[in-house]
Amino acid sequence: MAPGLGVMGEKPAAATTKHLSLGSMASGLREVYESGRTKDMEWRQSQLRGLISLLTDKEEEIFDVLHEDLGKHRGESFRDELGILVKSVKYTLQNLKKWAAPEKAINSCSLLLQHLLHHAHHSAEAPLVAFPATAMVVPEPLGVVLIFSCWNFPLGLALEPLSGALAAGNAVVLKPSELAPSTAAFLAANIPKYLDSRAVKVVLGGPNVGEELMEHRWDKLLFTGSERVGRIIMTKAAKHLTPVALELGSKCPCIVDWLDGKRDRQVAVNRIIGAKWSTCAGQACIAIDHILVEENFAPILIELMKSTLKRFMAKPGGMARILNEKHFQRLSAYLEDTKVAASVVHGGCIDPKTLTIEPTILLNPPVDSDVMTEEIFGPILPIITVKKIEDSIAFLKPKPKPLAIYAFTTNESLKRRIVEETSSGSVTFNDAVVQYALESVPFGGVGHSGFGQYHGKYSFELFSNKKAVFRRSFLIEFMFRYPPWDDSKIGTLRHVFSYSYILLFLTLLGLRR
Amino acid sequence: MKPDKVFLLHIQSGLLLQVSFFRLSDLAFINDAQVPAGVTTFPSSAQIVSEPLGCVLVISAWNYPFLLSIDPVIGAIAAGNAVVLKPSEIAPATSALFAKLLPVYVDNSCIKVVEGGVPETTELLDQKWDKIFYTGSGNIGRIVMAAAAKHLTPVALELGGKCPAIVDSDVDLHVAVKRLAVGKWGCNNGQACIAPDYVVTTKSFAPELVDSLKRVLERFYGQDPLQSEDLSRIVNSNHFYRLTNLIDDKKVSQKIVHGGQRDEKQLKIAPTLLVDVPLETALMTAEIFGPFLPIVTVEKIEDSIEFVNARTKPLAAYLFTRNKKLQGEFVSNVPAGGLLVNDVALHVTNPQLPFGGVGESGMGSYHGKLSFDCFSHKKAVLIRGFGGEAGARYPPYTAEKQSILRGLINGSFFALVLALLGFPREKR
Repeated sequence: MAPGLGVMGEKPAAATTKHLSLGSMASGLREVYESGRTKDMEWRQSQLRGLISLLTDKEEEIFDVLHEDLGKHRGESFRDELGILVKSVKYTLQNLKKWAAPEKAINSCSLLLQHLLHHAHHSAEAPLVAFPATAMVVPEPLGVVLIFSCWNFPLGLALEPLSGALAAGNAVVLKPSELAPSTAAFLAANIPKYLDSRAVKVVLGGPNVGEELMEHRWDKLLFTGSERVGRIIMTKAAKHLTPVALELGSKCPCIVDWLDGKRDRQVAVNRIIGAKWSTCAGQACIAIDHILVEENFAPILIELMKSTLKRFMAKPGGMARILNEKHFQRLSAYLEDTKVAASVVHGGCIDPKTLTIEPTILLNPPVDSDVMTEEIFGPILPIITVKKIEDSIAFLKPKPKPLAIYAFTTNESLKRRIVEETSSGSVTFNDAVVQYALESVPFGGVGHSGFGQYHGKYSFELFSNKKAVFRRSFLIEFMFRYPPWDDSKIGTLRHVFSYSYILLFLTLLGLRR
Repeated sequence: MKPDKVFLLHIQSGLLLQVSFFRLSDLAFINDAQVPAGVTTFPSSAQIVSEPLGCVLVISAWNYPFLLSIDPVIGAIAAGNAVVLKPSEIAPATSALFAKLLPVYVDNSCIKVVEGGVPETTELLDQKWDKIFYTGSGNIGRIVMAAAAKHLTPVALELGGKCPAIVDSDVDLHVAVKRLAVGKWGCNNGQACIAPDYVVTTKSFAPELVDSLKRVLERFYGQDPLQSEDLSRIVNSNHFYRLTNLIDDKKVSQKIVHGGQRDEKQLKIAPTLLVDVPLETALMTAEIFGPFLPIVTVEKIEDSIEFVNARTKPLAAYLFTRNKKLQGEFVSNVPAGGLLVNDVALHVTNPQLPFGGVGESGMGSYHGKLSFDCFSHKKAVLIRGFGGEAGARYPPYTAEKQSILRGLINGSFFALVLALLGFPREKR
């Protein structure tokens, strides 16, 4: 019977760490890992199935906690967190055996034949000195891994990496953000019920708990959050040589080219609004931060955005809430700058009592204002106009590399230039944010937006060690490997390493074992 | 510091392979990889585009000063980056060679060599890089990673460790011992991150193994190894004394069964065998990086896996056996950067195999295409058109929309069709 779900006549272990110190939790987990429990393929599959059950059984409760923490409408919660999580875990379950299987690297034997049959053209595999041999890459778990998740997608950013870590065969500690307390409590209560609580732990708490966790060595760490904390995490990880992956934020620009036709324009605007205000009220690392558009097109764009926003936000629930007072103050402060306030063309109303900021559009705020230099992470959308749309590339180049660049355009040459001349975690044309839902492409940043990629197979690989395995037989020995060395042995080796097999063959005729 | 011939042998092995691998006409892997896009974002196409990271810093080590500099630099250049190489000051002749020759053969405006020691390295580490590639010790690795953290710079650390070699009694002893010996003493007299650090074998087999090793050592290096031209010297007096201190410890010296001679003037130490050195001694806890080969004995050969796993994960682990079951257990249960069965060190010659450590032995890997990947960013590119607009995505989130969305996300073609047909129909 496969080990796994905590519900096997056993009481799940205490999810919180009130009774255990983090140190003993970490060493306990290591023991569990060393026992081989989590490496077992059946165990991993049972954990993934457990996750799917958790997500399907507890759907209503999930909608409730996400609404409590962030005011997300269930439609948004399903679309952005629950729905794609289930899809992703199913995808992982389907492909797990394939991903975990050893991969053969081409062996020198068949290669030698290829060489002798065709011309002596180079292909890079083990040279003859290692003949005959088999070479494989074997994925194995890293051990005990730590995941820090963020408050804005508190379910998705916790469970997506968790599923990858479990699929790769690790024991896991998950520390959800305390800024989304209902979801954190939900995870702490339910993970022990649906997953193997001996190998998967949820630790609740604030920054001090995070710091304490960082005192220990982990076999891998995935952090989703701000640049500032990312630096602190990596510095602490360096003490233990804990490898890290950092998923950080950035100002994701959206280039909007001149679009013909009412339909295309409407579709573009729908998608822009969807990727700004409908995605956690703009509080998302991949939300559109600001727009770059030609000055002629800007008025058309703004008008259409206004009317569409009216429709989308007609009923309550169209937009999530600002997280808390602190972020509300931060965002209001952007609008307090007089020059910025003067650039408001839509919205701008704030209500400190309810912590609401209505969808706000700015037209050409000063490029050195805070709203244009810091990651906005909120429902304010600056629009910057340029003379020709190609100028937007020059605008972007000196800026820190963002997590995503978006561009709405039908111009193939502009698309090519954007891909070739800018750098970002990803590029999406004619849509935004949806790249998050695609398992076949890696999700992650570059430069200041972070490093390390996940989703789909990339999650599995992020939490694996790809071990090189090389096997030889005792049968054939080449004396030129061994000392004492002389020029003739070196000569032979030269032939071997240049793949000059004819010359080698001739030399070999003269060698003894 | 190395005998000429050993030098040629080793640079040839790594270098020619890497350079030939990267012949321009073979750079097929830099082409964009098309990947499936799926129902949820239909219609769309997706690609993964490799792009350079930018300006990278390569800090190399002293033991293979040429190879460990050029190898990563080749990867960085192939991936399209600008590179600064900081060769080890402990191999000053090679460092000077790079400083003099590299600018002559490559584009000096984007590939630079910076020579120097700790102060220069510290200053380099203060700068912002798009990647740092470091080969060396775990202590400095920590310093490099902490410095990189200030700029959120990703790092690849190729560190060391104690590489174990398990030797079973069912082997072709003559061949096994030759391979073991060349992997240990043939590689810079043990000063290599992948040289076998220690051997584990059964109590009953140990004497035979020791005898065979003695014979092979004599064959390779003659009666007086300190006079052999084929034996590398110790890199400098610091390391020479570090090593002699290791075996001069009383608890250790009484376990020497062969060798132990040293020549301070030449900075040479002879290949030395020891049996069952107490595990708490420095020799048995720190990476040796020298010509001492301690042999640890266990009751049965299966116990060796437990012994190895009780220690930090090594860069490489070796097993000599014909027993398929033991081989299987070794491959499944010993975590390491790389594993070899019935040979030593050769996995580095296969550019398809990742070369790199795990845990204390490092993070990140390279060689062959992986060198290219190490210095690249894999950018996801998703291309959509304006067709296929699913109104179900947007607020207000009616029940109808939610059910179509559910279908779409679950990959249901029916839901897709409905969505494409414009359901649910909204009153405008």
